[in-house]
Amino acid sequence: MPIFTFRDPWSDPFREMARLQRQMERLFEETLGPGLARWQPGVYPLVNISEDRDHLYVRAELPGITPQELDITIHEGNLILRGERKIPVEAKDVNYHRRERESGFFRRLVALPSPVNPNSVEASYKDGILTIKMAKPEEIKPRKIQVKTA
Amino acid sequence: MAEKELQAKAKTEAPAKAERGRPGRVFLPAVDIFETPEAITVLADMPGVSGDKITIDIKDNHLLISGEVGPPLGPGETMLVQEYYTGDFQREFHLGAVIDQGRIEATAKDGVLRLKLDKVEKAKPRKIEVKTG
Repeated sequence: MPIFTFRDPWSDPFREMARLQRQMERLFEETLGPGLARWQPGVYPLVNISEDRDHLYVRAELPGITPQELDITIHEGNLILRGERKIPVEAKDVNYHRRERESGFFRRLVALPSPVNPNSVEASYKDGILTIKMAKPEEIKPRKIQVKTA
Repeated sequence: MAEKELQAKAKTEAPAKAERGRPGRVFLPAVDIFETPEAITVLADMPGVSGDKITIDIKDNHLLISGEVGPPLGPGETMLVQEYYTGDFQREFHLGAVIDQGRIEATAKDGVLRLKLDKVEKAKPRKIEVKTG
């Protein structure tokens, strides 16, 4: 498939620019895969959202936090994650070669893609991954429809 | 004091050195490395890696840390929004001192590996007395 097709670019330069932009976007999507193609520096922590038949899951990589200190709220279809990542101070006589791990506060709002039952939410933390499991309300779960025969 | 807000960052992919048997991406864990006269301590963020999936390889002053992550989704789940990728972690260091192989302490907790590497005797700094004639 040719990536760029030749057309007289001066006939309508603005249209031509828009067309080029669309082609570049498609090129990025093809090389990077969908999803992250339009990745912009988001808000900490980055989340992955998934679902199965009965639940919606939000996962975040939060290594080395105290899960008891996390503040997780569900409000009007949004999930709010607030907390702090603390890095304890080491002994005074140490000298650093590298200091890449960062500490600080975070407050993230995640718009949930489907409604959830706020009374049925479980949060778990294992090996630095926070998983929030939310039950979908009965009315939006997929239902099998039986065809009646006369 | 102004509070420090954490910034979202995509993980850095590890440079490919050789083809791997296990498919998937490999990332560089963020590390803190600090030193005292007796030991070098390495702290590495490896979210999703349990302690039994971490391999530490030390030869003289060369350190290789690797960790295998589990599947990103539970059985029967479909990804809807993906902001971060998951993959194994791997990183190599040449440390400035020779490590005592017999005294290595490694602990993994909440996705953070802590590795305390004792230096061998000869690498420890000594105060040199200058003799005067």
